[in-house]
Amino acid sequence: LNQCYLGVDIGSISTKGVIIDSNYNILDSEYIWTEGNPKEAVKILINKLKIPEGYVLKGIGTTGSARKLIGLMLDANVIKNEITAHAYGTLNFYPECKTILEIGGQDSKIIMIRNGIITDYAMNTLCAAGTGSFLSSQAKRLGIDIENFGDIALKSSKPVKIAARCTVFAESDLIHKAQLGYSKEDIVAGLCKSIVLNYLNNVAKGKKLESPIVFQGGVSKNKGVIKYFKEILGCDIIVDNNSHLMGAIGIAILSSKQRSDKIYNLKINEIDFITKANECNGCSNNCELLRIFKNNKLIDTWGSKCGKY
Amino acid sequence: MDKIISFPQVGNYYVPINYLFSHISNCKVLIPPKITNKTVELGSKYSPDFVCTPFKYTLGTLIESLNMGSNTLIQLGGGCRYGYYAELQDKILTDLGYNFKLYNLVIGGYIDTKRIYKIMKEINPKIKKFKSLYHLFITIKMVKYMDLIDDYIRKNIGFEVEKDSFKNEYENMLKEFSNVKGYIHLKKIYKKYKKRIKKIKINKPDNVIKIGIIGELYTLMEPFANYNIEYNLASKNIEITRFTNATYLLFKKSKKVDKYLKKLKNIKYRMGADAVDNIYYSKYLCEKNYDGVIHIKSSFCTPEIGNMSIINNICKSYNVPVIFFSFDTSTSDVGIETRLEAFCDMLEMRKKI
Repeated sequence: LNQCYLGVDIGSISTKGVIIDSNYNILDSEYIWTEGNPKEAVKILINKLKIPEGYVLKGIGTTGSARKLIGLMLDANVIKNEITAHAYGTLNFYPECKTILEIGGQDSKIIMIRNGIITDYAMNTLCAAGTGSFLSSQAKRLGIDIENFGDIALKSSKPVKIAARCTVFAESDLIHKAQLGYSKEDIVAGLCKSIVLNYLNNVAKGKKLESPIVFQGGVSKNKGVIKYFKEILGCDIIVDNNSHLMGAIGIAILSSKQRSDKIYNLKINEIDFITKANECNGCSNNCELLRIFKNNKLIDTWGSKCGKY
Repeated sequence: MDKIISFPQVGNYYVPINYLFSHISNCKVLIPPKITNKTVELGSKYSPDFVCTPFKYTLGTLIESLNMGSNTLIQLGGGCRYGYYAELQDKILTDLGYNFKLYNLVIGGYIDTKRIYKIMKEINPKIKKFKSLYHLFITIKMVKYMDLIDDYIRKNIGFEVEKDSFKNEYENMLKEFSNVKGYIHLKKIYKKYKKRIKKIKINKPDNVIKIGIIGELYTLMEPFANYNIEYNLASKNIEITRFTNATYLLFKKSKKVDKYLKKLKNIKYRMGADAVDNIYYSKYLCEKNYDGVIHIKSSFCTPEIGNMSIINNICKSYNVPVIFFSFDTSTSDVGIETRLEAFCDMLEMRKKI
C-alpha cells in the first residue's frame, strides 16, 4: 500500500484540505467556506475528500487560525503555524522562490526565502487592512460577486485613488467616489490597487522584494490584484493554480516528515466533538475556559492562565 | 488614621519593596494583589484609551489596593511618559472619590535621595536616618541577588529536566527573602539558593537557539503585560538573555547610556525611555552571534517613532532576524503565539543550515 498524507488549513474565511502522496503529488483537494464554524467546515471537508484506492493515510497536519482545535479533533501529528506551512508548500513547487506574498481572509504575510530557508517574515499587525475580508465586504457593498471582482477590475484603465492606509479611510473614500459618480469598474480597480499599496506599505514595510515572487492565498485568485502587483513592483509574479492550497500542502508535507507508525482513518462522523465555554471563578483572573469533549470525555481545557487545568 | 502603604506591582519586585517599606516606615504595608484580568479591566476602565499599558496596569493595581484598605500609595516615575503617570493617576483616583495620599518617589527619571528621605519622613516622622540607610542597602542587595538568579534561570529554564523545578526553587527563595532578618541572613539565603538552583538538572545541548529580548521597561519586566513571553520561549527550548531589570534601571542605566552613546557613532541624543540602550543591545546581540532579537513594548510607546526602524536596520545589516511585539490590554494571544512560533521555526531552520 502507498502512503498518503492529509493537510488541513482552516482559515477565517475558507477551509482547505489536500491529500498528497509521499512524492508530494496532490491526490485530492477541496476548498470550502468556513462560515464561522470550523468544526462543521472540517466535517464537511473530510467527507468530501477521498483517499484513493491503494493508499493508507499515514499522517494529518493542521494549520491556520483554528489549527489547535481541529488538530485535536483530527488527532493530527503536526500542528503548525501558517507561515511555516506556506513556506514549505511553496518551496515544494518553486524551490528557487525568494519572496512569498500571501493575502488571506484575516491576515496577510510576507515571507522572505534565501537558499530554501525562511530568513525573514512579517505579518499584518492589529489592523485587518489589506486583507481578503475587506475586499469581500466591499464587493457586497457594491453588489458584485467576489468571484467576478478581478474581471471587473481589469476592464478599467483609470483606477480611482483610494486611501490605502486604513480600511476605515478606504471605505469612506470609496463611498465618496461612488457618490461623485465614478464608474463601478474604476472603483473596483481602485480597490484592488489600494490593497496592493496597503500591503506593500504595512506588511512588506521596507523589505526588499526580490524575484522570483510567488503570490498566494485567497486574494491571489483576484486578477485585478495580480495586475497591480505586477505594475507596482515592476516584475513578473508567479501565481500557481493551487495558490489557495499552499498552506494545506505545506502542512501535509510537514506531516509526512514526522514519521509515525499510526494509520489514520477519516471516519469523522462517528466522533462526537463538543466544546463548552465557561468562566473559571478560582481567582480574579476569571479565565475564559474552553473545555473540549470527545465522545463525552473531557480531553483538554484551554485558556487557563495559572495552569490549574 | 493609621497609614497603610501600597505600591504598583512589577514582576517579583514586591518582595524587596515590601521589605523596605515595612522596615523604614513603621506602617502596615499591604502587598498589592498580583495582576489579573480584573486588574486590567479596572485599570482600563478609568484610563484614557490611548495611554500605554503600564498606566492601565498600575492604575488597576492601585485601585485594587485602595479597595483592600490601603491609603498611602507609592509610585515611581520613569524616564518617559511614565514620569507623569503618578500625577495623573493621583487625579483620577481622587475623582473616583478615594481618600488617600500618593507619593511619587522618582521625578523626571532621577533618583534624588534627599527628596525621597523627606517623603519618607513625612510618612514616618520617627524615621531614623542610619537605620533606614541600612535597610535601603539590604533592599538594593536583595534586588541585585534576585536579578542575578533571574539571569541564570532565564538562560537555563528551557532545558530543565523536571518541569517547574526552577520555578519552585525561585518561589521558595522569594519566600525566605520576605522574612529576611539582616544582611548576613540575606547573603546566606542567596548563597544557599544559588547553589541549589545551579544544582538543578538541565539537559542543554551545545548548539541551542539563543534569543535576546530587548524592549521597554515595564512591559519587559512584568510577565502578565507581555503574555509570559519568556516562559513561552523557554518552553520551545530557547536560551534567553535580557538586559533590562531593576538593578540596571536603578543603578546602572544613567552611567551606561552615556557610554553607549559614545560607542554608537551615529546616535547623538537620548531618545527617551530605553531607546539608546536598546539600540546598543541590538548591536551587541548581533555581534555576539545571537540567533534572533525580540523587541517588546506596550502599544503607543516611544519606539514606534524612535528606535524601531534603527534596530530593524542594524539587525538587517548583521542578517539577524528581529521581531517586534506591541502589547495592548486586549491583544489576542493566538496572534502572538502564531508569530512567535513562526519566528522560532525560522530560527531553527536557519540554524540547521
